[in-house]
Amino acid sequence: MNTGSGSRERILARIRTAVADAPDAPEVVRDYLDTHTPEDRVVELLAENLADYRAIVHRAGTEELPGLIGRLLAERGARTVLVPPLLPPSWLSATPAEITRVEDDVDATARELDAVDSVVTGCALAVAETGTLVLDAAPDQGRRRITLVPDHHICVVRTADQVVGSVPQAMPRLDPTRPLTWISGPSATSDIELDRVEGVHGPRTLEVILLAE
Amino acid sequence: MSGTYLGMPAFPAAAKEAVGNETLRANLRHATHTIRDKRAKAVAELDDWMLLREAGKRIKDHTLRHLDRYLVQLEESVTAAGGVVHWAADAAEANRIVAELVKATGESEVVKVKSMATQEIGLNEALEAEGISAYETDLAELIVQLGDDRPSHILVPAIHKNRGEIRDIFRDRMGAWGRAAPEGLSDTPGELAEAARLHLREKFLRAKVGVSGANFMVAETGTLVVFESEGNGRMCLTLPETLISVVGIEKVVPSWRDLEVFLQTLPRSSTAERMNPYTTMWTGTHDTDGPSTFHLVLLDNGRTATLADEVGRQALRCIRCSACLNVCPVYERAGGHAYGSVYPGPIGAILSPQLRGTGSEIDASLPYASSLCGACYEVCPVAIDIPEVLVHLRERVADQGGKGHRLEKAAMKAAGWVFDHPRVLAAGEKAASRTRRLHPSRLPGAGAWTNTRDLPKLPPEPFRDWWKKNRAQDRGKGARPAGSGTQGRDAHGPGVGGPNSDDRKDSGT
Repeated sequence: MNTGSGSRERILARIRTAVADAPDAPEVVRDYLDTHTPEDRVVELLAENLADYRAIVHRAGTEELPGLIGRLLAERGARTVLVPPLLPPSWLSATPAEITRVEDDVDATARELDAVDSVVTGCALAVAETGTLVLDAAPDQGRRRITLVPDHHICVVRTADQVVGSVPQAMPRLDPTRPLTWISGPSATSDIELDRVEGVHGPRTLEVILLAE
Repeated sequence: MSGTYLGMPAFPAAAKEAVGNETLRANLRHATHTIRDKRAKAVAELDDWMLLREAGKRIKDHTLRHLDRYLVQLEESVTAAGGVVHWAADAAEANRIVAELVKATGESEVVKVKSMATQEIGLNEALEAEGISAYETDLAELIVQLGDDRPSHILVPAIHKNRGEIRDIFRDRMGAWGRAAPEGLSDTPGELAEAARLHLREKFLRAKVGVSGANFMVAETGTLVVFESEGNGRMCLTLPETLISVVGIEKVVPSWRDLEVFLQTLPRSSTAERMNPYTTMWTGTHDTDGPSTFHLVLLDNGRTATLADEVGRQALRCIRCSACLNVCPVYERAGGHAYGSVYPGPIGAILSPQLRGTGSEIDASLPYASSLCGACYEVCPVAIDIPEVLVHLRERVADQGGKGHRLEKAAMKAAGWVFDHPRVLAAGEKAASRTRRLHPSRLPGAGAWTNTRDLPKLPPEPFRDWWKKNRAQDRGKGARPAGSGTQGRDAHGPGVGGPNSDDRKDSGT
């Protein structure tokens, strides 16, 4: 049900009158670059740009991944870790038993989420040129709130098929009907004298594991 | 306000006060210089910056030309994705719609993501009048709200406050709004950010209604996009049960792919980053992920009137990056408050008088709040020719009359006649030179305009006489000087287009 339908017609009529005599706008030309980065440089560049915005970057092969995740959680002193519905089971197979796994319960309140220390997820893709992770709430990432409220986020990127060079290369691989979160470094602000300060409302520690399978 | 003689002293008067404030000037100089150098570096990383700029300009122009079509398409897409679309012709209607939507939830408080559109319509005040508390959650907006202040920059609304002033506001005011600032709060940015985190967290965690704007809306998919840094946007966009977004109708773009241009140009232009920390994209409602109810309020509030102006409509391309503020010599000295609008700086000087009309003193003065140096146009990621629009609006203000503008027009008309009659001009110049010691430094009779300006000193002899004596004998009689001449006085010759000519270089740096 739409409200203000009188205004709808009025606004549309005003627009039509306003542009009635306007010349047709020139065609949009997309002669900008599809990427600025050679294919064989993308993973290196991603690592550099992630680190430049203070994400902590790690590398691992399939074999080492569970151990690395377990170590990072333990070093963080996490007592609880949020787990998206379909995180590959092996990823947490080496996590110390005293760290409790918390499933994302649809009925869990934001306050309950706030009590959880860490979260481990995959991602939809990563953009090298901008140092960005894109999450699309797929089952290995979970709902948007689980990567927002906990203060420590570990995100795993499969370097073989999840890293693109540029934003234009990312767009066709993303599905706009899904909720998308673009993450470039930990939460930050430039509101005090235009200095970038890490750590406001989102996770203040972002660790990225580049997984070479 | 006094001194309204010419109908344009509102900005000069406000600016004069700001220029006298040493702390304000130091804060602004530091901040704008920091960001402009960083921006230049971020832009230089992309070899195709000028192509991205042109593409962004064309996407916006094309959309504006067919705005009716894309808004209808957007409405269909958002509705199909589970959202509800409302149309608001003006600020009062938008405020009424939002207040009713909030009341319908039974809640009496909302959390807000920084949004220019809701500031423009005075939503917080309108909600307060209805008994609803609106909490700003952006750090700078929080500083402004707690300090009972006004924003002075599009991107960094508290740019006029330094860390010491911010610490004082937090220490003195946070407690009255919720969780008080920690004991012994210092003025390091890290501690100040931590204080804001703790203060706002309790509000996020209990919020049932979020209010936002949007940077872009995609007609084809119904997707809305919010760029932010702190995570307060994500909190407001995903934790509440109800989300209400108030967005200007010019924020629509046709296709999903169009975002690839602005995702590259907006962060580099605004915060000088390759990418801002968080961008949220949502399409209607998403089952159990995020708000279960989504309302989109499409706002006109003067935009269609702006669209009707063939020169001025380019202001609607604006993506609110604020790069033009950071390079503007006038903004750097006068600060944002002098512009009397939520849209300060060069873009504000062309946007406010178009959205609100040029009837008021402040709006009639804004087109003059510029030296026409053109730096704003050079950095604009959608190539808005701000100087061109400023000159166009000056013409409009002059045409609408008022005592002062009749005077100005009469003076211009007289000047035109004199320039057309060279002998009269020569005689006048000679007479002026001979009597120069008697000239006052300020022109009497034109009130406020002249009170803030000194008259230029006249040279001892007219340029024509100087030329005849020093140069004319070297060349054929009546020959024009080659080049522009070292005296730089050939201001009436052709080819001196000033900053408004079309040949400015788009260096982008």
